[in-house]
Amino acid sequence: MVKSVKIMDIPEEEMILPGTRLCPSCAPQLAYRFILKALGPKTIVAVPASCMTVVHGMQGATPVKVPVLNTTFETVAASASGIVASLKNLGKDKEVTVLAIAGDGGTVDIGIQGLSGAAERHTDMIFCCYDNEAYMNTGIQRSGSTPFGAITTTTPIDGKLEHKKNMAMIMEAHGLSYIATACASYPLDLYAKFVKAKEMKGEGLRYIHVLAPCPPGWGFDNKLAIEIGRLAVKTGFWPMFEIIRGKMELSKESRRLIDPTKRKPLEEYLQPQRRFRKLSPEQKQELENYVADTWNTIAKRVDV
Amino acid sequence: MSKKTEEIPDILTGEYFTTGNLAVAEGSLAAGCKYFGGYPITPSSEVAEHMAERLPQVGGHFVQFEDELASIASVLGASWGGWKSCTATSGPGYSLMVENIGLGVMMETPCVIVNVQRGGPSTGLPTLVGQQDVQQARWGSHGDYEIIALSPNSVQECFDLAIDAFNYAEKYRVPVTILMDETIGHMSERLVIPKRSQVKRLNRKKPSDKPGQQIHLPYEADKDLIPPMAVAGEGYRTITTGLTHDARGYPVINASAQKKIVKRLCNKILLNKNDIIKFEEYLLEDAEYVLISFGISSRAAKGAVNLARNKGIKAGLLRLITIWPFADEAIQEMAKKAKVIFVVEINNGQITREVQRAAAKQKADVYGILKLGGSIHTPAEILKEMEEKI
Repeated sequence: MVKSVKIMDIPEEEMILPGTRLCPSCAPQLAYRFILKALGPKTIVAVPASCMTVVHGMQGATPVKVPVLNTTFETVAASASGIVASLKNLGKDKEVTVLAIAGDGGTVDIGIQGLSGAAERHTDMIFCCYDNEAYMNTGIQRSGSTPFGAITTTTPIDGKLEHKKNMAMIMEAHGLSYIATACASYPLDLYAKFVKAKEMKGEGLRYIHVLAPCPPGWGFDNKLAIEIGRLAVKTGFWPMFEIIRGKMELSKESRRLIDPTKRKPLEEYLQPQRRFRKLSPEQKQELENYVADTWNTIAKRVDV
Repeated sequence: MSKKTEEIPDILTGEYFTTGNLAVAEGSLAAGCKYFGGYPITPSSEVAEHMAERLPQVGGHFVQFEDELASIASVLGASWGGWKSCTATSGPGYSLMVENIGLGVMMETPCVIVNVQRGGPSTGLPTLVGQQDVQQARWGSHGDYEIIALSPNSVQECFDLAIDAFNYAEKYRVPVTILMDETIGHMSERLVIPKRSQVKRLNRKKPSDKPGQQIHLPYEADKDLIPPMAVAGEGYRTITTGLTHDARGYPVINASAQKKIVKRLCNKILLNKNDIIKFEEYLLEDAEYVLISFGISSRAAKGAVNLARNKGIKAGLLRLITIWPFADEAIQEMAKKAKVIFVVEINNGQITREVQRAAAKQKADVYGILKLGGSIHTPAEILKEMEEKI
């Protein structure tokens, strides 16, 4: 398990300068800021089409201080694999961290083939999915990571009919050394997990899935961006854990939630979000069941 | 779980003020489209969003896929299930679709692909106009084939050509591309959706033999070079493949089978060029200086013709509505009479090259008036470039 990090442990140097083109209160941006602080300046980033394309600048300037390869939608893990291979040629593979960072579409949908291949080959990179649970950059269309019941522009009537893919478990089936889930609302935990992934360099692909609330896409006030992410965790909707060399451990914020009575009512998470405005009582119950099932699976795997 | 929607017709007869993207979606529904498989991409996403809302209302089916490969592959599958089907995308997505478009050509699968073009190459200008995919629509997939591509220049025409595209796809059993562009897709104009009785819907030919009674030959073409099409569930034992095949649909890997099928796939389009090729003429009777254009560029070109006429320059416009197959004969005739032909397009001369080929050895010189994406020509810019060559 990662060591607990205090705010004073976080490097002061900012790798993303002020003035990006992302939306106000963008949680993916907050996550990215702490990810780059954790990985440091000797990092090369690969990004597919996503909101992260926007953060890297649209009008002749970039606020990001590390080198970036902005690649096609379906290939970020493959592009990063090429960088990893060439770093070996330069003899710099030990000192440089390669980060592939993709949205949920670029990870669980169009990007999954390349990601699966890189994971299978144990390519030495960190793959981060920042999950804002839909195609936000193209106007809020559903993805394989959109939760059940959420209204998007391509699920406009009943909301999405399917649950989100359990990407951490899909990645675990690849036999990875390090898998973690995190949330942008807990930047210290997020920071610690990326430090851990960096330390495990040489152990193949390390996968971190970060839930990152999107104010316009989820439909909540900008000021609630942090609170919504916290509620996702506190209601048990988004369990935070690590799987280190096959062993699952719950993260600090999620540990006590193994007891269902310690979880906040799911309604507190759903209610402030306009994407859940059409939920029927049956759909709400389905989401409750989803949370219960998720935790039942986790309870069988962790030492309580 | 699905809520009951009131009966909403597939042809929403009436007058509207709407965008090209919504018009092409409504045109597809009016043509009888019942299936859309797609993936979000700017600037075409509104087509998918509209279909997601509308298809369940008309008994159709919308699926958002995990990428464009899956989207177009599902469209081919739905077509073989008997549904008129389509997808919509933009340059990067179209690039991912081309392999399956080739499969659609080889399996002779009716379907429609909307490409709302943006500036390229690669990610290029996601939110700004381009016309740089016209040659890709022709040659994007590997191998020799003929294909149909149409280019609307107004919101109304997005609707009208969607119907034509489905009709061509069904009639000739070929994937048809609608080459829109970001400006046409996003601009709002008047749209008139006609009465149901005024919408002409063509359907693919059905086999004349009865299912199960004899060996069915799914690729035995009629005299018009087009084989009737059985669809899944009708009881015919049908094999279809991207491999070179014979009339039975069985793979035959040799040169003579290859020659036979490729010739037929090309000729079923080429021999019907008169039915497929559409263009619009404006002030061409006495024109010495001819502008050739298509899509959004043709509207600026028309403005330039008017400016030129005001100055006493005998200008005219040939607007290509069908881009592929190419209007070789019409352009050749034009090149015999005109002094200079100017091709106005938002790319580096992709149609200019075709016009130069069609007009070779004729009287007229051919020049391109080109932009490389991100903005459209103004009539004054076009006139200025014309005057430099006059």
